[in-house]
Amino acid sequence: MLLFTIATMRLMRRTLGTLRRDSPLIIPVASMALALAVVGASLGAIAVTKGVPLWLVTLMAALVFAGGSELLAVGMATSGAAPFAVVLGGLLLNARHLPYGLALGGMLADSGPVGRLFGSHLLVDEAVAFALAESDPHRRRRAYWAAGLTLYGVWAPSVFLGGLLGDGIGDPRALGLDAALPAGLLALVLPALRDRPTLRAVALGSTVAVVLTPVLEEGLPVLCGLFGMVAALPVATGHSDERSEAGV
Amino acid sequence: MTLGIVLALAAGTYALRVAGPLLRDRLRLPERWRWSLSVASLVLLGAFVATSALYESGSFAGVARVSGVAVGGVLAWRRAPFVVVVLVAAGVTAGMRAVLSTPVM
Repeated sequence: MLLFTIATMRLMRRTLGTLRRDSPLIIPVASMALALAVVGASLGAIAVTKGVPLWLVTLMAALVFAGGSELLAVGMATSGAAPFAVVLGGLLLNARHLPYGLALGGMLADSGPVGRLFGSHLLVDEAVAFALAESDPHRRRRAYWAAGLTLYGVWAPSVFLGGLLGDGIGDPRALGLDAALPAGLLALVLPALRDRPTLRAVALGSTVAVVLTPVLEEGLPVLCGLFGMVAALPVATGHSDERSEAGV
Repeated sequence: MTLGIVLALAAGTYALRVAGPLLRDRLRLPERWRWSLSVASLVLLGAFVATSALYESGSFAGVARVSGVAVGGVLAWRRAPFVVVVLVAAGVTAGMRAVLSTPVM
């Protein structure tokens, strides 16, 4: 009886393991997409309530595909900010995509010219996090495309639907979704922090960004977080030494 | 809000995104540089998580959101499945808002 139970448990564990290896992406990507869809819907509702035409906010969702800057643009433009300031504010918030592109550019270059041009458009925080969570190049590329395409496919339609529903959509904050997206990103970033220099850089960078947020324009504090790299660099030269010391 | 704003923001954002892949195509980077670029992206993601957990357009986002993200972070650290992390984070935040009945927006 005991042997049978152990054998069954082993079999179950192996089946679960295989399942997890074959479809490790579907559920995480789907849950991220669901959270993003509700945020998109609320963006659409806010925009339409503030008098932005539905077609325009939907077009923006498809062409810009960076939620934070879209929300900022809607907020600034409808409160009478100069167009130049709106664009500059949005671009400042999106400036982090440049280093993302540098980090994942090698992977995108493997996807051919069309893949590179279209794949660049899918470069959002969530897709970058899914990609960086994988170390094997093949799995990294798969994770990036799966997350990027799913999130892109969800974003503009949910902004459109939210705009159609308008006020009827309710507030995503009541569902706690403003906590779900950062928590999801955190879960994707955490495994990489087992590497000590990375952990130091991320800890310092996050602290710098948090301290500077009340005093700087939106977008700048996160960029200033790059200062955290100094915590990784001195060790970068002795990177492999530290690894062997730690017995990894 | 005009079409011009949308197009300018879209063009600028795409330029920021495509610059990296186009540059990387032209130069072969040594391993240490590639490692540093990955770390830089993780630093940006971490800073983004930290600021979006704590702030809402420049001011404190409230205890409910911070607690939700913190509980989610602990679960992720204990290697809970991704869905559990996301659902519990949302649940804790929503629950605390309901209990504290902090005015939503």
